[in-house]
Amino acid sequence: MIDNRTGPAAGDFRAGVPIRIAGVTKRYLSARGGEVHALDEIDLAIAGGEFVSIVGPSGCGKSTLLMLISGLIPATTGTIEVGGVRVKGAIGNVAIVFQRDVLLDWRTVLANVLLPVEIKKLDPVSHRRKAQELLRSVGLEEFEDKYPGELSGGMRQRVAICRALVQDPGLLLMDEPFGALDALTREQMNLYLQRMWLRDRNTVLFITHSIEEAVLLSDRVVVMSSRPGRIADIVTDDLPRPRGAHTRSDPRFIEHVERIRRHFLALGVLSET
Amino acid sequence: MTTIAVPSPATPGKLAFWISRNGPVLAIFALVFALWEIAVRALQIPDYILPSPSVIVVKIVVSWQLLLENAFVTLQEILLGFGLSVVIAIPLAIAVVYSRIFERVAFPFMVSLQTIPKVALAPILVIWLGYGIMPKVMVAFLISFFPIVINSVIGMRSAEKEMIYLVQSMGASELTTFLKIRLPKALPSIFGGLKVGIGQAVVGATVGEFIAAERGLGYLQLISQVRLDTPLLFAAVVVLSLLGVLLFNAVAFAERIALPWSRVATDVAE
Repeated sequence: MIDNRTGPAAGDFRAGVPIRIAGVTKRYLSARGGEVHALDEIDLAIAGGEFVSIVGPSGCGKSTLLMLISGLIPATTGTIEVGGVRVKGAIGNVAIVFQRDVLLDWRTVLANVLLPVEIKKLDPVSHRRKAQELLRSVGLEEFEDKYPGELSGGMRQRVAICRALVQDPGLLLMDEPFGALDALTREQMNLYLQRMWLRDRNTVLFITHSIEEAVLLSDRVVVMSSRPGRIADIVTDDLPRPRGAHTRSDPRFIEHVERIRRHFLALGVLSET
Repeated sequence: MTTIAVPSPATPGKLAFWISRNGPVLAIFALVFALWEIAVRALQIPDYILPSPSVIVVKIVVSWQLLLENAFVTLQEILLGFGLSVVIAIPLAIAVVYSRIFERVAFPFMVSLQTIPKVALAPILVIWLGYGIMPKVMVAFLISFFPIVINSVIGMRSAEKEMIYLVQSMGASELTTFLKIRLPKALPSIFGGLKVGIGQAVVGATVGEFIAAERGLGYLQLISQVRLDTPLLFAAVVVLSLLGVLLFNAVAFAERIALPWSRVATDVAE
């Protein structure tokens, strides 16, 4: 790692890393032995510090794309570069948040947040402070010593986000992180996420099923079609930040949502009646 | 106080709480023993058929030294057999989880072996290992081994795919993944296996002593049976039961120490 920051965020501006995806295809054998063509010729460039969402029907390969970028599974063809370095195997500068919070039940909230610090052997003292700060920023300072079993779903997912952010990732990959939460908690989480992103400016790749959520949070929304997954459209979303409840009534917000919805109608994922 | 013990939040103190929680069970036990005592006396059942609880208690008090000596022998067999199970089963479970050959060949083989009634092997073990402590240790080992190995394998496989991805994305090695994820994730299941295993080891050691022994509680039972000393037979059963409960609780206690997180509430609203 070139970057040796150890201190907690003291107003230092941290740009996220850029991503370049060129001609990426993914085929794999399904359990029944058939070949699945998950992704076809994906080209996408994401700037450092950009917030990009991917929306698409189930099975369009958006989660696969995320796994390819993380380096946990290899692409069939094409190249992926993160921060100018070609991805071969798991990369250190990325943090993942899944739909399930995957907190470790046997660790306290604080110990869960510190898991990447232990595994990456980062400085324990300064990162402990940073972890406590992160937990405070999402209103969980009183829960540091609790076990995940004592927390609600929304609280657990906030801990999972703190765990991702404690390692100062240049790239944050989020795979439907709020998909399992109720609508109200989900809105709350969107605002938490925006606030943290505005502060840290990591590059964020955010997968969601919710068109509104994508438009609310992103600089650009990538619309994917399914089987094989292809990019159908990219919607640039320059609504003023910080965004919030008021954004939803902005005519441009409604326009973006409608444009994406029309793609889903054209793809046959949604129908008019 | 009413006669029906209802857990009342108003009663302070640990003792009061304990009584309110365990009171009904204790009452039922007391009732059963009282009926037993009365029935034996009223119907004048001879001791060699069914001794009354008071006779059994007296027998335990009188022959405590004999019972203790033999209990110690049986305890030794149980602990050696169970210890051997743990020492072999857990590394074997790790091998099954990490090695294709073990997974495809050794594990199905072990699962099919599990269907053999281990107790039926005891006479063979006596021929091979003689009359000493070894055949009992082996029966205790064989009978407690399978629940431990199978539960350990299930536990180590129970880590979600995302959990493994998560630590791999942080650059964790296979060893780190095992120590930080698979093993702690498996602990509740492993302890489940250990709790079944310790009970089975008690059965194994006792049955081993039934087949051929010169000492131990199982042996004491055989001798008492031949002599029609039914009170001593019952006394041995009581001591054996106490031994089983004690050992089970020792494992349960270790579990509580090892898994403090499993005691927390699982459904808390925000």
